[in-house]
Amino acid sequence: MRILVVEDDKDVAGFVVRGLKEAGHVVEHADNGRDGLFLAASESFDAVILDRMLPGGIDGLKILETLRGQKNHVPVLILSALAEVDERVKGLKAGGDDYLTKPFAFAELLARVEALARRGKSEGPVTKLVVEDLELDLLSRQVKRASQKIDLQPREFRLLEYLMRHAGQVVTRTMLLEGVWDYHFDPQTNVIDVHVSRLRQKVDKPFPTPLIQTVRNAGYMLRAEPV
Amino acid sequence: MNDRQCSPPPLEGLGRAADQGWGEGENTPSSEPRHRRSPLWLFRSASLRFAFVYALLLATSAAALAIFLWWATAGLLDRQTDAAIHADAQGLSERWAEGGLPALVLTIDDRLAGNVDDDAIYLLADPIMRRIAGNLERWPSTVRRTDVWYELPVRRAGITTLARMQRYDLPNGFHLLIGRDVQVRARLRTLLTDALLWAAVIVGAMATAGALLVRSMFRRTLANVSATAAAIAAGDFAQRVKLSGRGDEFDQLAETINDMLDRIVRLMDGVRQVSNAIAHDLRTPITRARTRLEDAALHAHSPEELQAAIERATADLDGIVAVFQALLRIAEIEAGSRRSAFARFDLAPLLADVAELYGAVAEDKQVGLAVDSPDRLPAYGDRDLVQQAVANLVDNAVKFSPPGGQVRLRAAAIQGGVEIVVADQGAGIPAGDRARAIERFFRGEAARSTPGAGLGLALVQAVAQLHLGSLRLEDAGPGLRAVLTLPAREDGPGG
Repeated sequence: MRILVVEDDKDVAGFVVRGLKEAGHVVEHADNGRDGLFLAASESFDAVILDRMLPGGIDGLKILETLRGQKNHVPVLILSALAEVDERVKGLKAGGDDYLTKPFAFAELLARVEALARRGKSEGPVTKLVVEDLELDLLSRQVKRASQKIDLQPREFRLLEYLMRHAGQVVTRTMLLEGVWDYHFDPQTNVIDVHVSRLRQKVDKPFPTPLIQTVRNAGYMLRAEPV
Repeated sequence: MNDRQCSPPPLEGLGRAADQGWGEGENTPSSEPRHRRSPLWLFRSASLRFAFVYALLLATSAAALAIFLWWATAGLLDRQTDAAIHADAQGLSERWAEGGLPALVLTIDDRLAGNVDDDAIYLLADPIMRRIAGNLERWPSTVRRTDVWYELPVRRAGITTLARMQRYDLPNGFHLLIGRDVQVRARLRTLLTDALLWAAVIVGAMATAGALLVRSMFRRTLANVSATAAAIAAGDFAQRVKLSGRGDEFDQLAETINDMLDRIVRLMDGVRQVSNAIAHDLRTPITRARTRLEDAALHAHSPEELQAAIERATADLDGIVAVFQALLRIAEIEAGSRRSAFARFDLAPLLADVAELYGAVAEDKQVGLAVDSPDRLPAYGDRDLVQQAVANLVDNAVKFSPPGGQVRLRAAAIQGGVEIVVADQGAGIPAGDRARAIERFFRGEAARSTPGAGLGLALVQAVAQLHLGSLRLEDAGPGLRAVLTLPAREDGPGG
């Protein structure tokens, strides 16, 4: 995927660009607001990682507002040291699709950017999600694996749905907390792990190949091959 | 009727009274020791402005009173004289019309004879201004016009006196002068003018004295506040504005300022305490991370060992970042800006969600988690923050519950709000520690072995305060019972 990184801090930018390239993406980098806006507006990207406080007179929010004003709907992840709830709301209101505060773990950034970039490509509403022999019917709210019916609690259903919608991608604990529980804070205890392990009991345990994989230092991924 | 000649005196009087007031008001600053500064200073001094306004108001009201007095006394007398003369003229002109010159002469003589007050003045003259009848010796040379009131000295029966007169021209070239002796009235008017002038002087003096008084009162009050502010600016935070004890507006202002200072001191104490706590409590994990990295750099024998050490150090740093984030979040809540996001919401599904999120963890620990809440429980506030507060309480309760214990999450509507109670059967917090348990970084004896930074209850407390509610910690015998109350919005239903 083609990703634009607008970030003025050399260390952070170098780290992010290197990491994204290692993950197999094509990366462009701008270290000030003017170049960032020029690149974002003139070229086509699958996702943009945008710092908020930038040199060059144009800050991240201005870039975002300008892009959205030009009907440019490229997925944008705001990466900022401004962590207050109000700042986050400001970023999302300006047209940001996701907001990650510094300091961050690269795994979290990568997972979120990839999720964003793919989301932009989803083709219309689906009624059924299928991964290998696992089927999830969104209309009848039934889950089957190898034609065997699996009974799930409503929250387990939503957890599995989230994992299946992001099949093949890393999903972090924070993403699950936000996407499935709508919690936007650190719950201290690792509640997510317990919920995922319960889901595993039902979805993976009775079957020969496990589908819910743990990605070390990052989160989870739904796919047949172990990570 | 023409009043032109009688209107100047009161105006003159007003002018003097006003001059007095203004003059004194302007003179006041010249006695001020700081008059060497530029004249603009006069307009910048608020106390002077107040004093000046006071003097001006006093002078204006005194002048208004003087004008009214004049109008009600001297003016009234003049108007009565004019009316009498007018009535006289009316009667005489009727006599002329009825009986001509002889009748008029007869009437004038009659009237003079019947004039008990001896103040009537008549003079009938022929076309060359010679006297025909009346009590004036000759026609006053200045009286030429008929449309003007004359007030001038005349000679009558051998004495000079002051008369107010009007000239009427009769057919066939005869002239008639009708007037009244106003010598007494003129004396009265002089008396009145003098009295008003003296009054103006007194008003001027009182305005000056009053202005000085107002100014010094103003200064005294401000000096009190400004001395306190200066002391605080210089670092003496124990200073407070002194109260006069009268409970007046200045006392209210002083109380408001003192309340503000108390709050600032509390906040500063909080900041000091937090920064001390940060310095102390973050030293340990930072030391640990640093040691791991240095140890790995010096002693790691393989890339794998190095890798493992780096990962552990990163995890330590993540822990430190989490503490910082929690601190910032508490600070953000305490700043109160989140209050703008307050809305009505249903507490029941929120509690069910939290219980569901922690239910799995509790079950793993063989701790029961029971929710007791009505189907609908309207509350008012910031939903996300309340959710986080309840989550923190439940997280604590589950964390400190022994296996087989029971955590109860109960919520109910109470008088004026809602009450959320989270009770566990763990070790609880000793009564002596409960007050400090809501402080940042407090870790009770029982918490030493569990993970956490001691910020959970501090956040709950901040949320409670933001909602103007409260957090109480009680003995659940055994265990801890945390009671979070959130008041309902007072301005009735809505939203």
